[in-house]
Amino acid sequence: MPDPAHTTNPAAAGGSGAVVKLDAVTVQYGRNQALRDVTAAFGAGAVGLLGPNGAGKSTMLKALLGFIVPARGQMAVLGLDVAKAPLEIRARVGYMPESDSHIPGMNAVSFVGYCGELAGLPRVDAMQRAHEVLFYVGLGEARYRNVETYSTGMKQRIKLAQALVHDPDLLFLDEPTNGMDPKGRDEMLELVRDLSQHKGVNLILSSHLLPDVEYTCDQVVVMDKGRIAAQGPIASLKQARGRVYELRVKTATGALEPFLERMRAAGMTSQATDEDVMRVFVPGEGGARDLFALAAAEHVQVRHLRPSVPTLEDVFATAVGEE
Amino acid sequence: MVIAKAGLRTFLSKKAFLGLLLISWAPFFVRAVQVYAAANFPQARQLLDVKAETFRQFLDQQNIWVFFITVYVGAGLIANDRRANALQLYLSKPLTRAEYVLGKLAILGTFLLLVTWVPAIVLLILQVMFAGNLTFVKANLYLFPAITLFSFVQVLTVSAAMLALSSLSTSSRFVGILYTALIFFTTALWGVLAFALGLQHAEAGAGRPGVSWISPSADLAQVGDAIFRVPLRYDSPWLLSLVMIILLVAVSGLVLERRVRGVEIVA
Repeated sequence: MPDPAHTTNPAAAGGSGAVVKLDAVTVQYGRNQALRDVTAAFGAGAVGLLGPNGAGKSTMLKALLGFIVPARGQMAVLGLDVAKAPLEIRARVGYMPESDSHIPGMNAVSFVGYCGELAGLPRVDAMQRAHEVLFYVGLGEARYRNVETYSTGMKQRIKLAQALVHDPDLLFLDEPTNGMDPKGRDEMLELVRDLSQHKGVNLILSSHLLPDVEYTCDQVVVMDKGRIAAQGPIASLKQARGRVYELRVKTATGALEPFLERMRAAGMTSQATDEDVMRVFVPGEGGARDLFALAAAEHVQVRHLRPSVPTLEDVFATAVGEE
Repeated sequence: MVIAKAGLRTFLSKKAFLGLLLISWAPFFVRAVQVYAAANFPQARQLLDVKAETFRQFLDQQNIWVFFITVYVGAGLIANDRRANALQLYLSKPLTRAEYVLGKLAILGTFLLLVTWVPAIVLLILQVMFAGNLTFVKANLYLFPAITLFSFVQVLTVSAAMLALSSLSTSSRFVGILYTALIFFTTALWGVLAFALGLQHAEAGAGRPGVSWISPSADLAQVGDAIFRVPLRYDSPWLLSLVMIILLVAVSGLVLERRVRGVEIVA
């Protein structure tokens, strides 16, 4: 699997061009450390914040917005210190929360217009922008309906609309495809891609869904148990320093563990998949010959061997230690 | 300002609420007739003379409308936002928690002032207009500041308490019931204690400390009597009542500080 420590993003090393920077940030909920000494930099463009549930993704976003005060460390958003200039940051940031969230008793236009006013827009401008963004997210026809009557997919769209109404420089999208049907999910991902690629909006997309991140983002920060497990451009993280194979074997005794041990000893890593094959990463210049040699030494039959393309799932699996 | 304006627009668009506001001005019209009669008919002046106490009594009469409007407007102000998870939306905008609370306070405060301070001041103005001279006002110069001070103390106390209760729940109905129960419970407790201590017939100035300070309603009434320079109706010192009011507002502020957050942390 690709080396989780490998990063090629200069922003990750604290270089210039980072829209968000965290420096040794620790967030605690009682005794539980939700973020542990996190140092990261999110570059311009679309950055995926990837991790399993409970990794600390939402906590990070909420800390950047100032909802949570970290026990230690410093954070900067768009060059502004989160502790010293939270209001200036929020004026330039749009936040799409993970959970269902709206202002009660309003229709979509009123709701989004109200959010625009709260963000500092004059009322007339806010209402005009509300109409524009509602059409943009696909809610033009339903914009005079009460938000409380919306379906889950529509509520996701309206959360995006209220985050966009004041034309932010940076968007925080927390699980934007939550609860959406496949068609709605595809449309939402297209919107996100359009925002970052054609509208020039920087965004941080927090998700546990690898395909969402891979489709919309150029860079990724992988989190696990409150720490950064990997970060960098997706393309270079996937560029394994070695080769990836799909492998299915049959053992005489039925026990696979000795073969896996031999692979680990040879520096290879393997990951089970839903199907009846393993994904094996062979480092360096080694390839199929090494695999066959190991199989022969353990009296294991190779039933299927095919070169594969490294995926973000491989990066993720290695980073969070899945086997 | 945005929160206040939006809230005022929302409530003023409700016919039921407009009806409630209209009915709450009924005592004003009755008093206006009294002021007119006293100013223009000497025979009426014997029975319906307008004194400083008239304005104190008017504000007393408005207490019931203060209660209804507080429950109708105030119960859901924060509770509905908590139910809809709106706090994280509000606080993700360039808005401090204090601005959010002040905005909500302004909504409730505006409507409460509309049924207390505004009609009382209009009555004072009407008295001058119907009398055709400033004699009454000059003789009672303290009335304008007294009406203003008492109205604002009452509105601030009631609004802060209701907002604090509203921040504790996601159900506006429950908050309304809780607020009502607290008022009746404290009044009942006061009655029981007064009976138990043999104070139920104690008059003000009798030299025996009363227990009316337990009831926020009684505290407001006591402070109002002191502001209007009328005989105190209860046996507790009015300063003690003032301290209780200040405590209530302070505790309400603390509750709001703890509850109005962008994220709820369950330890």
